[in-house]
Amino acid sequence: MTAALSADRLEVVFDRFRALKGVSLEVQSGESFGLVGESGSGKSTLLRAIAGLAPAASGSITVNGKKLGKRRDKAFYREVQMVFQDPYGSLHPRQTVDRLLQEPLAIHGFADGEKRIQRALDEVGLGTGFRFRYSHQLSGGQRQRVAIARALILEPAILLLDEPTSALDASVQAEVLNLLEDIRRRRKLTFLMVSHDLAIITHMCERLMVMQNGEAVEHLTADDLVERRVSKDYTRNLLRASDGFVRA
Amino acid sequence: MTASHAGPLSRRDWLLSERPASRMQARLGRAYVAWRRFSANRLAFLGLLIIIALLVVAAFANVLAPYSPTFGDLKGSRLLAPSAAHWFGTDDLGRDILSRVIFGSRWTLYVVILVAVIAAPIGLLVGTVAGYAGGWIDAILMRITDIFLAFPKLILALAFVAALGPGIENAVLAIAVTSWPPYARIARAETLTVRNSDYIKAVQLMGASPFRIVLRHIMPLCISSLIVRVTLDMAGIILTAAGLGFLGLGAQPPLPEWGAMIASGRRFVLDQWWVAGAPGFAILFVSLGFNLLGDGLRDALDPRSGDQ
Repeated sequence: MTAALSADRLEVVFDRFRALKGVSLEVQSGESFGLVGESGSGKSTLLRAIAGLAPAASGSITVNGKKLGKRRDKAFYREVQMVFQDPYGSLHPRQTVDRLLQEPLAIHGFADGEKRIQRALDEVGLGTGFRFRYSHQLSGGQRQRVAIARALILEPAILLLDEPTSALDASVQAEVLNLLEDIRRRRKLTFLMVSHDLAIITHMCERLMVMQNGEAVEHLTADDLVERRVSKDYTRNLLRASDGFVRA
Repeated sequence: MTASHAGPLSRRDWLLSERPASRMQARLGRAYVAWRRFSANRLAFLGLLIIIALLVVAAFANVLAPYSPTFGDLKGSRLLAPSAAHWFGTDDLGRDILSRVIFGSRWTLYVVILVAVIAAPIGLLVGTVAGYAGGWIDAILMRITDIFLAFPKLILALAFVAALGPGIENAVLAIAVTSWPPYARIARAETLTVRNSDYIKAVQLMGASPFRIVLRHIMPLCISSLIVRVTLDMAGIILTAAGLGFLGLGAQPPLPEWGAMIASGRRFVLDQWWVAGAPGFAILFVSLGFNLLGDGLRDALDPRSGDQ
């Protein structure tokens, strides 16, 4: 099995601040891979560097065996798509759902737009009643569904998920996570998912990487996490924090 | 759902539907919400009425004007006070001032529309490109803007008219050249606030070209604040045009341009006040109309206010 996505000694520097210090990872095709860590650990930066939104100072990124250059070409965007953390900020305030979904199709020159939009909306569980709404007429969960539909409409093989549910309340969170899980199984997608919530990661991902201060702390499987087979104190602390408050 | 209702209420329901069934309905619904907010503002509505009146008067000047705007009765009707025959009186060449004011509305509209059509797109383009591109493109474009911004408007317009010769077309050109920099500034500021937002990043991740992003995703966000600013500037444009006319560098006689009319009435302003007064009031009302309209549009269109 070849790696669908791999990063090798990736460095990202913002104004002399090293946000990512030589991080490497490998995600197999069809796998769901988690990135965990506290705020500022560099997990979102890693995702953005892969998507081309953060400049890589050194190191390399490979997608399906092809090394990426500084500039991403259109073929890359058909292969890799991203869902952002905040559904309130990731939808254009002056465009209807229809316009939002049409844009990627127009850019990539798809002819059967009508059908694809219909299908994409059905797939994320939004009927056609939502098609001509503006984003301010949608709830947070509906917005995130639209964002997922937009990411899926180009039929990518790899989906980058940047804390896709942290801005949603608990019940909606579960719905969106189930939807993502569903889509992954149906379309055999590869997920790279960032979260600070260990419960979500153990539920969604097979393997994960723990990050701190822009460095990889350790690589684990979801089973390791459940059975607490962790070797680093940092991970242990994260686990303890995720158990919540314990009454003294 | 809405089809089962009848009468005017159902049309309102259709417009405000939470589930528009077509692109058209969504767009109309949005326009209707903006219109409701706008028309709730009485003063803005008054401004709109003034501007509509200006448009109607300009369109039907031939029908509305009782006399010719350029030929007067030099023998019998020089400098007559306002009366039933001449509502606004007559000027020193015996021309009916009401007719001249009515025909003058055409020139005012001509100047205002032409300046807006030339200056606003230039400002929008320069501002959004500078804001989105950043780096040296931004630096060059904004320094050019700064240079234009450093000149006093009327003085630069004067220099242009002096170089190109007097006339209303050159006055328009001069005003347009001096009025785009503030638009560029506004568009750039607006662009800077949205360029790093997730929804622009998302479009980048679709593989959209910078050209497409600026044109289709950033410009629509800048347009409403620009419309407001242009509308508020209309009064200033009218005044600058009138000022150029007043200085003899804009419209040339016998064109009935309001500024030029005030200039020629200046000589009799103490004894025959109506000669300069009538076009003066016309400028006042139209400027006021544009200002009120602009304020109302700001409340109706500004995405930061309300729940758009």
